[in-house]
Amino acid sequence: MLIMRRRALVLAGGAALLAGRASAQAARASAVLADPVYPFVLPPLPYAAGANEAAIDVATMELHHDKHHAAYVANLNAAVKDVPQVAAMPLSAMLAKLPELPEAIRNAVRNNGGSHANHSMFWPVMGGSGGEPGGELGTAIARDFGSFAQLKDGFNRAGVGQFGSGWVMVLADATGKLSLVARPNQDSPLMDAKRALFGNDVWEHAYYLRYQNRRADYLAAWWNVVNWPAITERYQAALGGKLAI
Amino acid sequence: MAFELPPLPYSHAALAAQGMCQETLELHHDKHHQAYVTALNGFVEKNEALKGKSLEEIVMLSHGKPDMAPVFNNAGQHWNHNLFWQNMSPTSGGKIPGALEKKITADLGGVDKFKEAFKAAAVGQFGSGWAWLVLGTDGKLKVTKTPNGSNPLATGEGKALLGCDVWEHSYYLDFRNRRPDYVQNWLDKIANYEFAAAQM
Ligand SMILES: [Fe+2]
Ligand SMILES: [Fe+2]
Repeated sequence: MLIMRRRALVLAGGAALLAGRASAQAARASAVLADPVYPFVLPPLPYAAGANEAAIDVATMELHHDKHHAAYVANLNAAVKDVPQVAAMPLSAMLAKLPELPEAIRNAVRNNGGSHANHSMFWPVMGGSGGEPGGELGTAIARDFGSFAQLKDGFNRAGVGQFGSGWVMVLADATGKLSLVARPNQDSPLMDAKRALFGNDVWEHAYYLRYQNRRADYLAAWWNVVNWPAITERYQAALGGKLAI
Repeated sequence: MAFELPPLPYSHAALAAQGMCQETLELHHDKHHQAYVTALNGFVEKNEALKGKSLEEIVMLSHGKPDMAPVFNNAGQHWNHNLFWQNMSPTSGGKIPGALEKKITADLGGVDKFKEAFKAAAVGQFGSGWAWLVLGTDGKLKVTKTPNGSNPLATGEGKALLGCDVWEHSYYLDFRNRRPDYVQNWLDKIANYEFAAAQM
């Protein structure tokens, strides 16, 4: 009886372990995000707030996700709730069709919709342990930037050079071609029907508590928490034309 | 002659009791403002057309020119921060002199309405930038906002009496994400309305 119970426990433990593995896979798969629809919701952080400690402190993670991102989501919902023809669109379409949206809500959708897309992309491309990507993505980086070191250098420079608030991102098109962009404020590549493979937030709220005025130090440290397995999944999705945001 | 960082007109700790801590002022004045001055001097050194020009002239001539955006950004921020330090007071912060209050009431409908409008401008300036109380070319007060390093001098909206920095570096240590609270506190306890009145 006792033996059987122990065996059952071992089995249950094994099942829990398998389920744990499956959910770890599911968490990585979630780096390829569904196109958000109204009513928009704040996606949970895909890891503990301390998971990025090698670059970002817990207080910053919590404020950034629980306050900043949450406010953008609330403001986006408020902007579109009384405009059914806009609320019916997925987020990528709202941003791609900005010039056609009613003027009264265009800026609110640009700012808060862009924010929601950018931050939703941002969380899952972190939570990793840095290093250097290999495989097809590594080859594409070498082809399009010369080397991984050159990508990092260009990315960090673009991040420092983005005056005021904004983002620095690597875009991927459906052929797998990569390019580097810096955009002001919360402007999203979705506004140009393009897709971010990954990117870093260079608003001061992203780094002020730990790095203060030293944005360059934040950009340099950020590579320590980049999640290459997650970004590789996004790259595969981009290649298939299946990267929604 | 190279541009210089003006000294703070009070100690770094002078506004701490009013809601702007010593570390904020150390970083903001000694690091952020200094970086704008250093960058501006670097641009002037490399560009004959900028040598010998006043700060106001550089702001005006670089405004709206995409190829001069980095010059404008840093010149604008030097001008803005020069004003910002004078726009705060450890002794008379928040106290509106009678003459200015009268004009605020006449032009903007009262002090509460002015503060509401100023707060709306400050909160509505998405990203980094400034909110302003301006004496317009028509002689009337108005409230405006500008992104990043721009200002009423560049936009030609009139004479800036008060400018409140709403870049996150201005308030993140003291107020975190709560920009509305920062601006309300700034208007109620920090803003140097005596300086503003003297500019009219
Ligand atoms: Fe952010
Ligand atoms: Fe500032």
